[in-house]
Amino acid sequence: MASGPRQKFDNPVIEWVDSRLPIFTLMNKEYGVFPTPRNFNYFWNFGAIAMVMLVTMIVTGITLAMHYNTSTAGAFDSVERIMRDVNSGWLIRYLHMNGASFFFIAVYIHIFRGMYYGSYKKPRELLWMLGVLIFLLMMATAFMGYVLPWGQMSFWGATVITNLFSAIPLVGDSIVTFLWGGFSVDNPTLTRFFALHYLLPFVIVGVVFLHVWALHVTGSNNPLGIDVKGPQDTLPFHPYYTMKDMFGILVFLIVYVAFVFFMPNALGHPDNYIPANPMVTPAHIVPEWYFLPFYAILRAITFDIGIPFTDIVFIEAKLGGVLAMFGSIAMLFILPFLDTHPIRSATFRPWYRIALFGFVVVFLILGVCGSKPAEGFWVPLSQLCTLLYFAFFVVAIPFFNKKEPVAELPPSIHQAVLTSQPVAAE
Amino acid sequence: MRTKILAAALLLSMVGFSSAHAAGEHIEYPDVKWSFEGPFGTFDRAALQRGFQVYKQVCSACHGMKKVHYRNLSALGYNEDEIKTIAAEYQITDGPNDEGDMFDRPGRPSDRFKSPYPNDNAGKFANNGALPPDLSLMIKARKDGADYVHALLTGYETPPEGEELLNGQHWNKYFAGHKIAMAAPLADGAVSYEDGTEGTVEQYALDVTHFLAWAAEPEMEKRKQTGIKVILFLVVFAGLMYAVKRKIWSKVH
Ligand code: HEC
Ligand code: HEM
Repeated sequence: MASGPRQKFDNPVIEWVDSRLPIFTLMNKEYGVFPTPRNFNYFWNFGAIAMVMLVTMIVTGITLAMHYNTSTAGAFDSVERIMRDVNSGWLIRYLHMNGASFFFIAVYIHIFRGMYYGSYKKPRELLWMLGVLIFLLMMATAFMGYVLPWGQMSFWGATVITNLFSAIPLVGDSIVTFLWGGFSVDNPTLTRFFALHYLLPFVIVGVVFLHVWALHVTGSNNPLGIDVKGPQDTLPFHPYYTMKDMFGILVFLIVYVAFVFFMPNALGHPDNYIPANPMVTPAHIVPEWYFLPFYAILRAITFDIGIPFTDIVFIEAKLGGVLAMFGSIAMLFILPFLDTHPIRSATFRPWYRIALFGFVVVFLILGVCGSKPAEGFWVPLSQLCTLLYFAFFVVAIPFFNKKEPVAELPPSIHQAVLTSQPVAAE
Repeated sequence: MRTKILAAALLLSMVGFSSAHAAGEHIEYPDVKWSFEGPFGTFDRAALQRGFQVYKQVCSACHGMKKVHYRNLSALGYNEDEIKTIAAEYQITDGPNDEGDMFDRPGRPSDRFKSPYPNDNAGKFANNGALPPDLSLMIKARKDGADYVHALLTGYETPPEGEELLNGQHWNKYFAGHKIAMAAPLADGAVSYEDGTEGTVEQYALDVTHFLAWAAEPEMEKRKQTGIKVILFLVVFAGLMYAVKRKIWSKVH
């Protein structure tokens, strides 16, 4: 990957290595002098924070795996053994358990940042799509991780979610049997989920590598959403942003460990401290909080779709729900191609900004709907919010493409900072 | 603008969180002020010992606590000899021996609490078909577990007019559905405390719940103490990093 002339290092050992394998040159180029817009706000910390969480998950996860027993008979007890008898096992387990939640918090904020400042737009489309892929992989990883302690919610969550695949016409049931490795969620399901739960985080590491690589080709976006015009617009990544990231990471960690040490089960469900029992169905089966909005979309489709007033049904309700759920993530995936408005940052797009806040509110309401039993007024509310969720992408954004005025942008980041715009650097 | 966005996002997500778990029929339990609540909370050793006594003399007739070993009782303030004596009160089935036979021997500190029934079916058979659940994790396995169990133990009433109870059912105002297969386990004076504490149902319920809270989270005190140190460290470290960051950035402002 070495290209162009290499600068010599003073330290002879580093120089010896670098002239054979230019790894120090690479590090310096990508993380040392890497030119970074000078006007980042604290939203730009969440990429680094997500990275820290990914590493935390892998380190704590591998430690847990050393004590975990992958069998329906032993899984629950082995997790309790970790909690009670393994040295600092409770700490490792609570770090992992709450780490998943905080990983999602970081990534949700990271995604919001991208949507607010238009970071998904040209030339960063692929960077954004890799990000959505990471999000999908995280969801798969966390879903399978939640099955491992083999509590009531583990078992019933796995049963409900894997059953979704039976909605696929013709081959659905065979797929479900294939996923389960049998005719119900049982030992073969648990063992394969463990194997995949171990594997997927490393796939995530790979995609994160591509994500950062793509970032370093296009360079970072910034709160103004305008392009970097020259060196006066940027600062070297180190020490400016290494220090700022360090501070942001520490603040985030404070909130994270406050949960780990003082309310480790606040984000979980009490039923998962009851060993899995296929004969007893919990009153409400709810997934982890970070899935709730998507769970609400899944359950919002309570009606078959076909030709009205006839018996002809194209899409049964169950399949409709599955399609809506995956469709909601697909919307994020194709967002760069839906939004063709020339301005990136919502700072200069008042219409889009209002719609985006509306979208966030709708998403949070969906989250609440997902936690409630699918009855009463929660059903129409979920349906309304699902409609609004999709409307944001396929109605509002195309409308803004045509109608939202193109505001005048500051000439450069440098000038904006000097005249001390409200979005200037910290 | 930026801070406003951040504040709005935070606020909204909080609203989302706090309402996220509030599903289902809502029964309010009396809010007990437990000594183990809050970031500095600790267990009360005397209450733990009394609670253990209640468990041992009442609940253990029906409920096992498989996750707890006799050796863990040292956390309640018992010394090694006392624990050996407690464990030895139970006959534990061990084996097979060299001749291939199972045999009974007195319990040891390394044994798990002895369960009242050899298996779940025996437990169900003895209780009109309802299995008394293992209590090791009970406090963590219910929402507001400590308040709930305390309420449950003190919540027995005669059923309201028009409610029919089947054989083996009992009316409890705090149990989901109200019809519980456990008869009121506690009665005034059923356990005589050695430390002179009054033997009332309310006191027994408080003490045994305290004990169960410890059993569910034996690491709780250590966890909170460690947490305070970790947070103090991180706050100081973050402050330091903020100062360094300010210093570095002051050059470019
Ligand atoms: C005579 C046997 C018996 C005794 C003694 C007994 N229980 Fe129970 N307990 C049961 C049965 C049976 C159930 C199952 C009730 C049901 O599912 O309806 C139960 C259920 C419970 C539950 C779970 C309620 C729920 O939310 O599902 C708790 C907590 C409990 N008992 C605590 C205690 C405590 C504490 C004591 C000692 C003070 C005790 N029990 C003594 C038989 C007993
Ligand atoms: C993307 C990173 C990861 C995420 C989001 C994640 C998520 C989760 C979740 C949500 C749980 C359930 C927690 C609980 O309720 O107990 C879990 C459990 C578990 N995870 Fe992970 N995990 C990740 C990485 C890993 C890795 C790399 C390993 C290494 C093998 C691992 C091993 C385990 C084990 C053994 C358990 C079961 C023990 C337990 O439940 O505490 N995880 N994971």
